[in-house]
Amino acid sequence: MNENTTNDPIIICEDVHKWFDDFHVLKGITTTFKKGERAVICGPSGSGKSTFIRTINRLEEHQRGTIIVDGIELSNDLRNINLIRQEVGMVFQQFNLFPHLSNLKNITLGPMKVRKLSKRKAEEEALALLERMGIADQAYKYPSEVSGGQQQRVAIARALAMEPKIMLFDEPTSALDPEMISEVLDVMRELAHSGMTMLVVTHEMGFAREVADRVMFFDEGVVVEEAAPADFFDNPQHDRTKLFISQTLQH
Amino acid sequence: MEEQVDIQQIKPPTYAKGPVGWLRENLFSPWYNAILTCVALLFLYFVFKGLLTWAFTEAEWNVIPANLQLFAIGPYPRDQVYRIWICLYILSVLLGLSAGVWRGIVQRWTIVVGSILLVFLVIPFEIVQREDSHLVSIEFRFNLIWLIFESRRWLLGDVALLIGAFFLGQRITRLRPWILGGWVLSFPIIMFVLHGFGENAVQTSMWGGLLLTLILAVFGIVVSFPLGVFLALCRQSKLPAIKWVSTFYIETVRGVPLITILFMGSVLIPIFIPYFTIDQVLRMMVAITLFSAAYMAENVRGGLQAIPRGQHEAAQAVGLNYVQSMMFIVLPQALRSVIPAIVGQFIALFKDTSLVYIIGLIDLFGVAKSIITNPVWLGRHVEVYIFIALIYFSFCYAMSKASQEIEADLGVGKH
Amino acid sequence: MYHASNTMAQNSTNIPFWRDTRVLKVLFQILFLLGVFLLAGILYANMLKGLESRGLNLKLDFLRNEAGFDVSDSVVEYASSDTYLKSFYVGVLNTVRVSLVGILCATVLGLFFGIARLSTNWLVRNIAATYIEIFRNVPLLLQIVFWFTVFGSLPAANNSIELFNAVYINNRSIHFPSLQQTAGFSSWVGYLYAAAILAIISVFVLALIFYRKHAERMKEGDDNRYFMHISRAAKWSAVPVFLIVAIIGWFFAPESPFVLVRPEFQRFNVVGGIRFSASFISLLIGLSVYTSAFIAEVVRSGIQAVSKGQREAARAVGLSTGQTLRLIVLPQAVPIIIPPLTSQYLNLAKNSSLAAAAGYDDLFRIGKTIMTQAGKEIPVFAMIMVNYLTMSLTTSAAMNWYNSWVNRIKR
Repeated sequence: MNENTTNDPIIICEDVHKWFDDFHVLKGITTTFKKGERAVICGPSGSGKSTFIRTINRLEEHQRGTIIVDGIELSNDLRNINLIRQEVGMVFQQFNLFPHLSNLKNITLGPMKVRKLSKRKAEEEALALLERMGIADQAYKYPSEVSGGQQQRVAIARALAMEPKIMLFDEPTSALDPEMISEVLDVMRELAHSGMTMLVVTHEMGFAREVADRVMFFDEGVVVEEAAPADFFDNPQHDRTKLFISQTLQH
Repeated sequence: MEEQVDIQQIKPPTYAKGPVGWLRENLFSPWYNAILTCVALLFLYFVFKGLLTWAFTEAEWNVIPANLQLFAIGPYPRDQVYRIWICLYILSVLLGLSAGVWRGIVQRWTIVVGSILLVFLVIPFEIVQREDSHLVSIEFRFNLIWLIFESRRWLLGDVALLIGAFFLGQRITRLRPWILGGWVLSFPIIMFVLHGFGENAVQTSMWGGLLLTLILAVFGIVVSFPLGVFLALCRQSKLPAIKWVSTFYIETVRGVPLITILFMGSVLIPIFIPYFTIDQVLRMMVAITLFSAAYMAENVRGGLQAIPRGQHEAAQAVGLNYVQSMMFIVLPQALRSVIPAIVGQFIALFKDTSLVYIIGLIDLFGVAKSIITNPVWLGRHVEVYIFIALIYFSFCYAMSKASQEIEADLGVGKH
Repeated sequence: MYHASNTMAQNSTNIPFWRDTRVLKVLFQILFLLGVFLLAGILYANMLKGLESRGLNLKLDFLRNEAGFDVSDSVVEYASSDTYLKSFYVGVLNTVRVSLVGILCATVLGLFFGIARLSTNWLVRNIAATYIEIFRNVPLLLQIVFWFTVFGSLPAANNSIELFNAVYINNRSIHFPSLQQTAGFSSWVGYLYAAAILAIISVFVLALIFYRKHAERMKEGDDNRYFMHISRAAKWSAVPVFLIVAIIGWFFAPESPFVLVRPEFQRFNVVGGIRFSASFISLLIGLSVYTSAFIAEVVRSGIQAVSKGQREAARAVGLSTGQTLRLIVLPQAVPIIIPPLTSQYLNLAKNSSLAAAAGYDDLFRIGKTIMTQAGKEIPVFAMIMVNYLTMSLTTSAAMNWYNSWVNRIKR
């Protein structure tokens, strides 16, 4: 447990199920994340780990069970959905920056349109964020003009600009060239130390060992194992987990 | 060290080919290409021989200059022609400013337009018209210059405005939003100027020629654009009722020929909407717009489908609602990418407006038909057809070239 | 834990309906449909009122009345004393006829110019490009009228142009030689049946021979089933056997099954052979030339869409240029070409509605005549629309089916 973690639960999932047509992706996930907690979610592809974190800001609708984020239940209530989206920031594997807007405008769009900030205030905040990400000099370029690592940092800044309480990372380094992975991980590390609640889907086991409070292992739509990183990596309980760890650490 | 310097100094080998090399490579290289070339040359010889013999010996071209004004504006009253010039002036100013501000493609095409206008400024159509005059007399030559100036002063003003606006645009680049606004407003203003009001109003039934053709095509594209975007969004909707109604409309309209839609506009609109009489030109505008909207919707849908899902998701994740994410994220990207398709649709529409002749309007094609039936120009069918074919061709070809350039341009800077 | 969720969450069953996305979705759709139906209802009411005031109705019984007009080109027997329904049917047949022939001609021309557009020969390439640019950038209506005018300037019937003593052309029609069945035809058909049966038998026999041979040389674990050999056998024997028997039959028939009937010039007119009217031919030329320019572009871009990497890979494997084209490029280009090609076919069929410009009696022109004669705009209009829609929708349904089939194969 790190110094920031509290005992207040911020995300509560109970028996969450999800189907894509007939395919049962999530088979009853029950777990709780505490305020300030850093959780790393790993597992083979197709195990439902991405789908799981996407249900938390309702990019995917769960079909059974309840998800409560910061006291707001995710349901068909329009107001709740909008509230959640403002409280939960998300970073995607493919960055998903808006290619027709400059990096700065990518960041200011949400604050201006949703938080109704003035243009000046939004730009001030955005520049501060870019400074924090170490790419202040890229503000007026377009996403296609900067490197992948820089794009992902702009994307993180874009998510942070909404001042979320929770950050979701969906394989943030998988689409990056090896030499750019560390610059993104550095930013995420810094973010983790600032006390942000983070759910990170990743294959970066070094990052997990170093930063995470908890590692969850998904397979075939269920949480096979969850433990503190030290236990998880050094003393895995399940065969499936052992196999996965040995395969991942091989390269 | 020395070696490195050497490597940098090596020049690529040059192949001195020359014209003979080019010929060998492009026309005669394998044996069958030589045969093909001969066949093609023979073909060209016969085509050109036939065409040129006809054009210079049999054809009588005086039907064209004599009716130039008719081709251009049809039965539009001659004493109101100044209004058309006003419209052209508005467009020239806007075009000149845009060329100055945006450069690039816009500038290139403005130069093309400008040079065409310049050519018209100096071609002496009047000579052909007055073949009986004595070209040698000095007095006539003087008269001719005056005559040319007399009929060209509007055009001269137009060219001057175009050039002036161009230089103005180059100086003041912050005009951008104003120019865009100007383009949007220019259309209703032009319609208003052309129609006028009060005693001197020119009823739409008096609009004709190339003027009518252009108005119908531009109207069709401009008005069908918002409609088409709306239909495309509806067809992409997750709500089944909205999706199916829109799909039904689009597929029905695309499934029937334009002529049936025009005919519907002509015959059925008065039955369906009996409250007030809508004149023929307006009805055709409505029909063309309804037709064009379905095709526009499909073009826009193509652009929407090309937007990756991640863009929608990122917009949602940032907290934008449906309308906001469409307005700020999806549509700006989608519409940009469908510009070439829309230009293509405009070309198709420009050609298709010739069908309004069948309904009874006097567009460019209608003017041609009416000239042919005039006993003065008996038997001059082919000349007239070739002339208007040339007009249609020049417009369509220029636009398709422009669209190719835009497409290449969009491909390069993808932001 | 469960406790916590209950206290923290707002009660999910009590969402006010104006915020519940499920309710909102349904509500929104109902409102939308109401709007659409309201609009349709107003138009329908206006139409009924308008019809009533003019003493008209929507009944279709007028279709049994006598048409009273002639039709210039008809594939079936038709006289002006026939019913409106019959005349409409003639129009439909005429549209189908000109569309099918047009599609055939446009495909041949389009393929030719599309491939010529990619020729390595500079001259050929540019002639093709010129052809394409000219004919797709001039309105079709103008082209049809142009060809009709050109046709009209040909010599009159009594001065018909004669080509090879077989084809006659004048300002009203073209005459081609035709094949006519004779009394010998029916006995030749008997030979054809025999040929078919023999061909089938020969396939089975040959397949049996292949099977035996294969069984002799078979290695352990080889799959050898009889039906495996049928397709190979068919490739070798079916067509030759059929052709040989059919040709023998031709000579053994009591009389040659067909005779070639040449058009002949008699007095003031040409008789015999197949006659195509000037209207039909000028419409056909207009439609096929116009559409062929678009098809050529479809073919060209389809072939160019096969990536350069595929060509390079094929060359790397050692295939020749011709083999690359036949085995690698075309199989991949065809699925790309077919959907836009179909939409060009549909365009051609829809554009055939310009037949009136050449005076050809297609579905639309006859429909218009019926409308003005019977004063039945709306029913006839609906009939025209339904006809074109059926044509378009069946074709695009077939196209969708084909696309999903191709995509399934790709996976």
